[in-house]
Amino acid sequence: MMPEQAQLLTQIMALEFTAVDLNLYLDTHPDDQRALMDYNSAAQELAMLKDQYQRRYGPLTNYGYAPSQYPWAWVNDPWPWEVSF
Amino acid sequence: MWVYEKKLEYPVRVSGPNPRLAKTIITQYGGPDGELAASLRYLTQRYSMPLGQAKAVLTDIGTEELAHMEIVATLVYNLIRDASIQQIRAAGMDDYYADHDKALYFVNAAGAPWTATYIQSKGDPVTDLHEDMAAEQKARSTYEYLIQLSDDPLVTETLSFLREREVVHYQRFGEMLQLVYEWQGSRHIF
Repeated sequence: MMPEQAQLLTQIMALEFTAVDLNLYLDTHPDDQRALMDYNSAAQELAMLKDQYQRRYGPLTNYGYAPSQYPWAWVNDPWPWEVSF
Repeated sequence: MWVYEKKLEYPVRVSGPNPRLAKTIITQYGGPDGELAASLRYLTQRYSMPLGQAKAVLTDIGTEELAHMEIVATLVYNLIRDASIQQIRAAGMDDYYADHDKALYFVNAAGAPWTATYIQSKGDPVTDLHEDMAAEQKARSTYEYLIQLSDDPLVTETLSFLREREVVHYQRFGEMLQLVYEWQGSRHIF
């Protein structure tokens, strides 16, 4: 994987991890307004970064969650367990 | 339903082939306190939970555990991928290789296959949440033992991430247990 792709992917991974952690926290603290604002900010920024990533490097999700370039790019290598960071 | 995202939750790195280490780490893939057990336990317990918050906690943590299972698989895959037959034999991994080559299979560190007897889904939310808290502690301890065994600092980084997540999950299950107690206290059970 080229460094620019790996760098953008690492950014997305870090931000999404923040969102996952906030998600779990909100499940037991649904009234925490500040946490919810942070979650929504992360979700918004994630959508933007993922859109950027997917336009350049292909879909991160299938089942209708993201469009694909032609030919069908979902099947492309590398798959996550093959990526060197 | 589930959607798969084509990326890892955490960037996994290894320094080089290490089948000896892979043989121990695989226990968090198919062992009693590993990520498959955790994810299936939570994902099956969620159906009988009485509160939306409990269904969310079990669904969300269960899903994250699937992502952790993928991380453990990635570690094992990369630790054996470039190993020679000699290295595999020296590591005592030839038994595994005979049945699986370099493929991933659900076993513990001693080679015992995964079993549903590793998990319980008791229906009583207090009971199930206690099991979940215990499961997270067992997983944390296992990661600590693997960190002790690890001679690869890059692998140790990933193991430390996974260990930290178990601590957070334990916290969330504890909070959910409190919420269940409060809900039970406020219900009028005649």
